Amino acid sequence: MSILNKILTAVRGGAREVGEAIMDANGTRIFEQEIHDSKEHLKRAKCDLTDVMAKQMQSAREIAVVKSAIVDHEGYALEALAKENETLAIEIAEKVARKEDELEELEGLEKVYGAHVVRLKELVRKTERQIKDYERQLSMVKTTESVQKATAAITDNFVVSNAKLLGAKESLERIQKKQLDFDDKLKAAELIQQEEVEKTLEDKMEAEGIGKVKSTGVGVLERIKAQRGG
Amino acid sequence: MNTQDLAIRFSESTGHQGFTFDCQLIPGDTDVIQIVVSDFEEIPVYISITETQILCISYLWSEAEVLEETRAEMLELMLEINIPMPLSSFSKISDKYVIFGALMADSSFDDVVHEVITLAENSVEAITALSDYLK
Repeated sequence: MSILNKILTAVRGGAREVGEAIMDANGTRIFEQEIHDSKEHLKRAKCDLTDVMAKQMQSAREIAVVKSAIVDHEGYALEALAKENETLAIEIAEKVARKEDELEELEGLEKVYGAHVVRLKELVRKTERQIKDYERQLSMVKTTESVQKATAAITDNFVVSNAKLLGAKESLERIQKKQLDFDDKLKAAELIQQEEVEKTLEDKMEAEGIGKVKSTGVGVLERIKAQRGG
Repeated sequence: MNTQDLAIRFSESTGHQGFTFDCQLIPGDTDVIQIVVSDFEEIPVYISITETQILCISYLWSEAEVLEETRAEMLELMLEINIPMPLSSFSKISDKYVIFGALMADSSFDDVVHEVITLAENSVEAITALSDYLK
């Protein structure tokens, strides 16, 4: 069963401790131990891999040396034949034969190392994938558990502080009302500002005697005098 | 970043983009930080930190608030608006519908602040959009 299925079953079953429900008591710790062990395996496998790769390279170098020795000695044998020294030629040919045996052995060894490298690389890849998979599963279980515990803590806190979890609509209304209040205040502030601008303009106009001029006692008296005189 | 450090950073914070934060640490099996974002006091954001991620959660409504006759329709709608909603997703923890955002464990404080503000805003958006389905 996939880890997600196990989590679903545990959550549906109302388990408060999902980790324990899925992995038995101390389950997550055992799982963590498995991850740790796998990582150790991986380290060892990588060490082995480097060793074997080094040996493979060494064999390859030795093969090159032997091969060139064979070519050289075949040349020497030909030279001996040209000088009609059959005995020397046979001696050289025997050396070539020994070198060829050596080459065969070395090539066999290199093939074994090569196969070993392929196997170890596959092992490393599989172990790495397994560790990632373990870690992903553990993280899912731990997250589920953490969310459950966090929710429990939050709920307990509400009970302790006597606070009530507001209904969604109630919360929304309050937030919108606040937003509305804020908008109203903003509008009011804009209005006040606008009025102030107009007031300053009026003041300036009045100072220059433009527009509506405020009546003063002197002004009124002048008007009465003018009316009587007229 | 651990829970305590994050709580201290929020407490010291003088605000961000005109929002201010009220931070409270809720002790328990898992430490939880409650962040109240100014203007969104009714919908606190809860933060808990695990090894792999920082989880920010807000509670939207409970099962009891859902109008039964249109419940399936509401659930489908929630699935549909899950992707368009920036950075947050819907989920359910026991009988409570929640909205949450998950951050990498090594996220910066600014990332967390951004997430918290977005979550508070998205919560209001979500309740507004789905209030027809609630009692």
